Amino acid sequence: MPLDKKHEDFRHEVREFALKELAPHVDRFEASGEFPLELIPRLAARGYLGVPYPRDVGGAGRDYVSYAVVAEEVSRVWGAMGLTVCAHVSLGTFPVYRFATESVRRRLVPRLASGEMLGAFGLTEPNAGSDAAGTETTVRKTADGYVLNGTKRFITSAEYAQTVVVAATHDRALGPKGISCFLVEKGTPGYTIGAREHKLGLLASNTVELIFEDCRIPLENLLGEEYKGFAIFMETLDGGRISIGAHGVGLAQGALDAVLNWAKNHPTRSQLFSKALADMAMRIYAARLMVYDAARLKDAGIRNDRECACAKLYGSETATWAAGEAIRIIGDRALVSSHPAERVFRDTKLSEIGEGTSEIMRLIIAKEVLKGN
Amino acid sequence: MDFALNENQKMVQEMVRRFAKEQIEPKAAEIDASREFPWESIRKMAELGLLGMVVPEQYGGAGFDFVSLAIAVEEISHACASTGVITAVNNSLVAYPICAFGTEEQRTKYLPGLCTGKALGAFALTEPNAGSDPAGLETTARLDGDNYVLNGTKRFITTAEEAGVFIIIAATDKAAGHKGISAFIVEKGFPGFAVGKHEDLMGMRATGNTEVILEDCRVPLPNLLGKVGQGFKIAMNVLDCSRIDIGAQAVGIAQAALDKSIQYSKERKQFGKPICQFEMIQDKLAVMATNIAAARLLVYRAAWLKDSGAERFSMESSIAKYFAASMAVDVTREAVQVHGGYGYSKDYAVERYYRDAKCLEIYEGAAEIQKLVIARSLLQ
Repeated sequence: MPLDKKHEDFRHEVREFALKELAPHVDRFEASGEFPLELIPRLAARGYLGVPYPRDVGGAGRDYVSYAVVAEEVSRVWGAMGLTVCAHVSLGTFPVYRFATESVRRRLVPRLASGEMLGAFGLTEPNAGSDAAGTETTVRKTADGYVLNGTKRFITSAEYAQTVVVAATHDRALGPKGISCFLVEKGTPGYTIGAREHKLGLLASNTVELIFEDCRIPLENLLGEEYKGFAIFMETLDGGRISIGAHGVGLAQGALDAVLNWAKNHPTRSQLFSKALADMAMRIYAARLMVYDAARLKDAGIRNDRECACAKLYGSETATWAAGEAIRIIGDRALVSSHPAERVFRDTKLSEIGEGTSEIMRLIIAKEVLKGN
Repeated sequence: MDFALNENQKMVQEMVRRFAKEQIEPKAAEIDASREFPWESIRKMAELGLLGMVVPEQYGGAGFDFVSLAIAVEEISHACASTGVITAVNNSLVAYPICAFGTEEQRTKYLPGLCTGKALGAFALTEPNAGSDPAGLETTARLDGDNYVLNGTKRFITTAEEAGVFIIIAATDKAAGHKGISAFIVEKGFPGFAVGKHEDLMGMRATGNTEVILEDCRVPLPNLLGKVGQGFKIAMNVLDCSRIDIGAQAVGIAQAALDKSIQYSKERKQFGKPICQFEMIQDKLAVMATNIAAARLLVYRAAWLKDSGAERFSMESSIAKYFAASMAVDVTREAVQVHGGYGYSKDYAVERYYRDAKCLEIYEGAAEIQKLVIARSLLQ
């Protein structure tokens, strides 16, 4: 393993937690599609919902490598819960921690970083996906605050989150230069949760539509500066990509775990699949190294756009591929809905889409490489 | 060398395409969710002769060739993969072997019901502990007076919940390995026959897929299909034919995924233009189309070999199945990707195609098994 003893010990701790506290509940929540709200405090108690944030703001005071370890080990037993962790830590909490006004920071970051409450991030819209600058949600400034109008779609955890970071445009004609980011708190008049999404996988992860109808928020809920929102969510997504890479590595490892479990009882047949097994192990190893490398750079304060995109792209594609191989190797029983390989197969595909599609990752990598980075 | 379909085949293509689009596709999402067996479609298909494509007219069939059957399965699967596999099983795994290996009495007795859908067919080879290796069968058949007595459990049997006639592969002499295997025609009502609970599968969900449980199931002597000990040979011969149809299914599902991707990429605008104008999307569409075209040729060629009376076409049929199944998995995955977040949502059909396609790689032999068949043929 490429990690030092401190991180390996931490991994061991997270792995034990995931097996003991999460694994026994997976089937129940995945079958009902309910959000595992009752399990959130268990993650919070361990500090897993604020791994990379300092202790003085309620976080666990660890680094991004440790955060990657949590994203990986949780996703390894339960993709939906892994995504919930990633969405909260890097998307829901980071922009508030990094860009909120002092009073909002002081009031909310300790509750987010400690996991006392969940945060969400509302960027995607029905007509603005990869083209995040195409945001149609509008913001109008008034004497004492801002008024938001618009709809967001595919927003993770928002129904159960106390806060949501929202991108909105002052003037669509300005494109990326017309966007600001805001913090909207649950219960704000004019902010409602719309329909739940019916998805291929990650069934116990909450995905909803957000509706803003003359939603009024105070001035202090602006994140960073006006018209600088594009850079805020780009930086947020960069950090998020490390964890989605780790989420992919965890899912892929979960697929390999399912195969190894099966192989114990099928020694002859598993020989036939030596090549597939070896390739799975090799690619997961490579993906894991990429994720840790991107996290290590972030911890060292070195710019890592390219490495984040590589980790996210390779991690997610490895996961989708490995989950497919797992089903192929195990055979028909892996097609039954209660089988872990079946769940992983449905869960993985989102990693190639959410937080920047594989196509966007390739554009970023190509751009960075051409720039000589 | 002539790549054109003949008049009959063109007519089948046109007719089934229209019928599938109008009658089958509108119900596909609903039966995927409810797992309800598509009886309404099956009955209409019977009227069009689609349940007995390769059965001679004298037994109630349509008297078409295997290329036509592949075309029909492709077009039905384009609309609904579940309905496609039910059709494929009834035609190539049940009706065909009764035509090819059955006695005149068996043909007269069972083929009309298969063709009208009054007694749909199911083929039971797979067992809990014998999937890709039919020689490891644990279901036994023991001779007892005028009956064979069958014991064992079959798993993942398509149509089993709704079928009236089953071809069941069992060991008549376990010590004799491949040569101790026989095939039987078993009716749903035979004593000792039962089906288990409906499997909750990832894809192909409306196929009435259940276990088949045989407890001292008494099968009259005249229901032995072929000769004693010929079961393995029959199963292999039948799989050679049916794998063509799994390939055809793969082509149909993949084509549907491409069609939806083309449509969506023209409608969806990002960065101020339809996403179909981006090179990365065009690259995907081009690769999808290329692989579908290649798979379709492999499938039609294997079917054509069968129609031209080729003695052995195991290799060609395995190549078609192997390539087409993995092609469909790739194409449907890319189709989801083209649709982005919407592709992950059940609001769009590509979500279903992605789940359905994965099953193609598993049933009737995983890729590794196809590769073994291909390699063995190469080395012979």
